[in-house]
Amino acid sequence: MYDMKALYEATSVEDAIRLLTEHPDAKIIAGGSDVLIKMREGKLAGAELVSIYKIDALRGISMDPDGTIRIRPLTSFSHITRDPIIQQHINVLGEAVDMVGGPQIRNIGTIGGNTCNGVTSADSASTLHAYDAIMVIQGPDGVREKPIREFYLSAGKVDLRHNEVLTAILIRKESYEGFQGHYIKYAMRNAMDIATLGCSVNCKLSEDRKTILDARIAYGVAGPVPMRAPSAEAAAKGQPVCPETVEAFAKAALNDVNPRTSWRASKEFRMNLVEQLAKRALKEAIRLNGGEI
Amino acid sequence: MQTALVKCTINGVPTETVVDVRASLTDMLRNDYRLTSVKKGCEVGECGACNVLIDGECFNSCIYLAVWADGKNIQTVEGLLGPNGELSDIQQAFIDEAAVQCGFCTPGFLMTAVEILESKKLYTRDELRKLLSGHLCRCTGYENILNAVEKTMKRRLGIPVE
Repeated sequence: MYDMKALYEATSVEDAIRLLTEHPDAKIIAGGSDVLIKMREGKLAGAELVSIYKIDALRGISMDPDGTIRIRPLTSFSHITRDPIIQQHINVLGEAVDMVGGPQIRNIGTIGGNTCNGVTSADSASTLHAYDAIMVIQGPDGVREKPIREFYLSAGKVDLRHNEVLTAILIRKESYEGFQGHYIKYAMRNAMDIATLGCSVNCKLSEDRKTILDARIAYGVAGPVPMRAPSAEAAAKGQPVCPETVEAFAKAALNDVNPRTSWRASKEFRMNLVEQLAKRALKEAIRLNGGEI
Repeated sequence: MQTALVKCTINGVPTETVVDVRASLTDMLRNDYRLTSVKKGCEVGECGACNVLIDGECFNSCIYLAVWADGKNIQTVEGLLGPNGELSDIQQAFIDEAAVQCGFCTPGFLMTAVEILESKKLYTRDELRKLLSGHLCRCTGYENILNAVEKTMKRRLGIPVE
């Protein structure tokens, strides 16, 4: 038995917003792989929960007429990995979420929960940052959109007010068209582990595959929230595809990050990973784009 | 106490019961239906001992609320048996390969193996390792479990097993 005060099962987004408004202390539970574990540990003991897990309208991935990819927040990690739209256009996201926990966790864990809990190590978050994802949030006063970079406020805190629900994660056509990306999760073991550092890189090459037209990089665990490395991006944009560009890109990333020492790894080790993973991920992204390095 | 009616199909049989909303699916399967193949291990979704199939996908039932099972199709190891209590091929393979020692992790592993086998795909040894990585076994060292799953997969696909 879980130590909860009450459970309110929402039947629609509007119903969830109403329940959250009526119960100002209630927390949202989606798949529960964070909330129920916190409850078991006693951190959320005695809490009221509003469950959105049964709202099937919040599941699945589709493409809008303008080419925007719409990922609904309750889509499980395993369904994202298997989705044909994701495989065709942002395969790196499917690969990244295939590294979360283990198989059963990937069946219950949701991408909305992974982002809304505000954790820097979330395997989906760096790739969503690197693709300029837009968070669609619904509240009592209507719908608002927020770029993911502004959505994360501080460690464990996102721009989601009490009676608001994330209803979609959007990736615009201009953000994915022509880009190929690669994600590296550095962890102590291959399954059931949390990233020591996560690095997601994607790039777009010129037609002759000799010049990097655009490159984007985002990290998890390189600071209190997932973050982009704009200096690294500037160092690669418009540069020739060559080892020197990759070196400069990785070195520049060090200017943007701020990892800390934790029981998992020291700051120094994480700084080394920031540089090394940037190199490896950019090389692989170039290779996926048909470039040679 | 806050309760809810849960109607679901368990091992092919339509059932219904009233549960405490605080109950996990493990609690419901063990206490209301006496399906004790569903083990209580870590109870935080790490060890896989409570793993069951819900609509054909594996879930750790310890971190799945019982009320969410409403309308779902649930399978446990008890459902693998034949009409006269015969073991299924995958259960027999676990015995033949000595993939069972204390047996506590076995039901969870078996249900993941069922999901793997029902996909009817041929996986490499490394892929199987990843697919089985959501389970902890402190006795066998995993090799015999991998052997049992790999051999059953090949037999079902008509591939010769040495």
